[in-house]
Amino acid sequence: MAKRIDVSGLSAYYGGTKAIEDISMTIEPRSVTAFIGPSGCGKSTFLRTLNRMHEVIPGARVEGKVLLDDENLYGSTVDPVAVRRTVGMVFQRPNPFPTMSIYENVVAGLKLAGVKKKSVLDGVVESSLKGANLWNEVKDRLNKPGAGLSGGQQQRLCIARAIAVEPQVLLMDEPCSALDPISTLAIEDLIGELKERFTIVIVTHNMQQAARVSDRTAFFNLAGVGQPGKLIELDDTQRIFSNPSVQATEDYISGRFG
Amino acid sequence: MTTATSTADRSPAPQLRRPLTAARLPRWAPAGIAVLSIALACAIGAGAGLASHLQWGVIAALLFVSISYGVAAKVEGHRQAKDRFFTSLVWTAFVLAVVPLVALLVYTFQQGSSVVDGNFLNHSMRGVLSSGPGGGIYHALLGTLQQVGLATLIAAPIGLLTAVYLVEYGRGRLAAAVTFFVDVMTGIPSIVAGLFILSVWNLALGFDYSGFSGSLALAILMMPVVVRSTEEMLKLVPNELREAAFALGVPKWKTILRVVIPTAIGGITTGVMLAVARITGETAPVLMLVFVSDSINTDPFNGPQMNLPVYIWQQYGYNNQYSYARAWGAALVLIAVVMGLNLIARGIARWRSPKTGH
Amino acid sequence: MTSSPPGVPRETTEASTETSPRRRSSLQGNSRRGDSIFRGASAGSGILLLVIMAAIAGFLIYRSSIAINKDTTSFLTTFEWDPDNIQKPSFGIAVLVFGTLVSAAIAMVIAVPVAIGIALFISHYAPRRIAQPFAYLVDLLAAVPSIIYGLWGALFLVPHLGGLNSWLDHYLGWTYIFKLSHPGAPARSLFTVGILLAIMVLPIITAVSREVFRQVPRMHEEAALALGATRWEMIRTAVLPFGRPGIISASMLGLGRALGETIAVATVLSASNVLSLHLLDAGGGTFAQNIALKFGEAGSVGKDALMASGLVLFVITLLVNGAARMIVARRKEYSGANS
Repeated sequence: MAKRIDVSGLSAYYGGTKAIEDISMTIEPRSVTAFIGPSGCGKSTFLRTLNRMHEVIPGARVEGKVLLDDENLYGSTVDPVAVRRTVGMVFQRPNPFPTMSIYENVVAGLKLAGVKKKSVLDGVVESSLKGANLWNEVKDRLNKPGAGLSGGQQQRLCIARAIAVEPQVLLMDEPCSALDPISTLAIEDLIGELKERFTIVIVTHNMQQAARVSDRTAFFNLAGVGQPGKLIELDDTQRIFSNPSVQATEDYISGRFG
Repeated sequence: MTTATSTADRSPAPQLRRPLTAARLPRWAPAGIAVLSIALACAIGAGAGLASHLQWGVIAALLFVSISYGVAAKVEGHRQAKDRFFTSLVWTAFVLAVVPLVALLVYTFQQGSSVVDGNFLNHSMRGVLSSGPGGGIYHALLGTLQQVGLATLIAAPIGLLTAVYLVEYGRGRLAAAVTFFVDVMTGIPSIVAGLFILSVWNLALGFDYSGFSGSLALAILMMPVVVRSTEEMLKLVPNELREAAFALGVPKWKTILRVVIPTAIGGITTGVMLAVARITGETAPVLMLVFVSDSINTDPFNGPQMNLPVYIWQQYGYNNQYSYARAWGAALVLIAVVMGLNLIARGIARWRSPKTGH
Repeated sequence: MTSSPPGVPRETTEASTETSPRRRSSLQGNSRRGDSIFRGASAGSGILLLVIMAAIAGFLIYRSSIAINKDTTSFLTTFEWDPDNIQKPSFGIAVLVFGTLVSAAIAMVIAVPVAIGIALFISHYAPRRIAQPFAYLVDLLAAVPSIIYGLWGALFLVPHLGGLNSWLDHYLGWTYIFKLSHPGAPARSLFTVGILLAIMVLPIITAVSREVFRQVPRMHEEAALALGATRWEMIRTAVLPFGRPGIISASMLGLGRALGETIAVATVLSASNVLSLHLLDAGGGTFAQNIALKFGEAGSVGKDALMASGLVLFVITLLVNGAARMIVARRKEYSGANS
């Protein structure tokens, strides 16, 4: 069910400013790809172009192609709503719907798709929460508000909500940056399990995290303030962290800048 | 666990495994449907000989919403159709709102602009036949100015000080009670405020009709508005500023007068102006307490006066073409005054907003 | 909307308690005196406000009790309004309660959905170039005085509603409510009043709801979109639940206005002491309109009787405001839980 992503010549804009320029890369299925780079280098922007969330911001637009197993996400007949169903997303800050219970949060996506059968929903809630390693902690209070959970639990709830609609790809935008170390560890373990089923792309500020969880790592950088971000290199995580082929990557990883 | 997961996952799959591509209506479709429905509505309206253009509009709106839904349901599927349905409803709501509101402004301007001239502005109705042409609003303008001015003089200081009390000193039961009753006061219908002043000032204390008793009722209506807006503005003043002043050994009252209020003065002024604009348009309490007068009375403490809204009411009541014309003229002037006050208030708000400091 | 954010006043209170020892220990009696004067003045204003409120309630109750004691018929169920009849003063609020509630209800039924639509239009649908000036226009319209709405309603809206009324009569006359007893008569009815009130409260409800919709955290909207929600589904899952308390308090604010509106109703409605469910027929009355209309010729009992009706109106608006606050307070703990 996981799919390969092929990006070619992709640029993204906010109104008149170019945020990222001419990015091409291939993201392998059933693997974890990490995006690293200094702040403002466009890694989050790029992530959001992979499920057409970028264009949600007024005035934002995209040029180039993103192929999901040969199908261009930016084709003229493609429905962005269907794209987001196929490519799920987890955000920087945990954002369960505040008015919904834990149960309702998990099935929110299915409900939108018109799934109403209680037995199906019950099954999905259990499997998704198990998939997000949250089931044992919340199974007795599924009808309590999702906002009452701890930050780490909320983030795992959001992951459960994202995988409940069975996406092909899971995008994670700095999913641990608002969490404490123990919750972070739980999410990192979870990512290791989820990659068996999904293609995972994760943006992170934390290089140790990238080294721990990812199979491949992409380094983004920008030439200066106001310049668009670019992909510097993409390689196996081990190589990026031991022997990168570009000097800038090594400088960044060794902490010489950024 | 893994097997359980995968079987459970399979079941809803058919609904979810949708292709990425879907038939989409072209971008111009909503506009096209709108034009089509308006054209159809005009045809139906003219064909059926419906006199009222309101009916044409209702038909057009119904057509627009239902065609949008129908076409989308046919081409794009159920969920997209629902989305289109609500999008078209929201646009219809927008048009529904624009039509009467703009109609009101345009109509007032059309009717009023032919009446308003120098003569209209600087003459009273003294000696003018109610059913004849001529006359003006000078006495009403003067009355409005005096009554609103007096009301502001009463309400603004009390409201401001109350807000200072609530934000800077207020604690315990008194503050809670004041907060509660300010909220209650916000909801007082203007006619009830008028009745109250009538019962106390005129009936119990025996005063006669005067501009001032109208001002009292207007002040009651104005106070809670001033308290609320001032309170909000004072709360926006960062606590660091107060602490900085306290740390310099400035006493609290001086801190409030020299630091807190000047920081928030832009917002406070805006609030007061908006409250002034609101009471300028009040009719009912003034009608009850100030009565009406056709001639100029420059003394707000003695005898009946006139006031712009009451003038409109009176002229409307005369029920002839000349009085209607005068009513529209006065309405135009009143709108201009109120909107002017609003624009100035917003200008001040933008000019000195507390966030940017000054 | 009216209630203050809980954190802020407490902070300032703490600041003042912290500083009070400093103030007391100050050796300058001068500044201490200044402080107590200023404090006294501001607290005095607050107390004055309370006194005014108490006086309003007290005087209205006192005057009303005089009038109600003189009433020879039941105050609650009598239709006619004849308090100055020396032999047999009789007056009641049945027609007024009905007219006030029905016209306000019509106004709410029309205005609330449309206002939510307009607020959503401004916050989520409109292209930005239209949204800003339009929001501004709506704000300005909230300031148009009610006498102007009344004038416009009587001279523009009433003639234009004739067609719509005969239509309603034709297609919905079987419901009894929309039956026209005198086709062709000017539409100076409770229904027209309801429409006019709807137009009048529209800007207020819109302005408040719009602010609430704008405050919906972006991350909740994005969460919905990322799950594959269409725009409407996003609004239904993220925006509307979050904004519900705000919509309710905005509606209550509008309802308060509609209940107490005087002069616009008095201008449009052709009043009578008839209680009829034929909403399209001229006749009926509302509290505020009745006071404005009858006040001029009222004698002493008449004035007291009008005050009694004013008191009832006051109580109704109080209940509405109280209900709004309770609803908002109850919803708040659930919906505003985080962020």
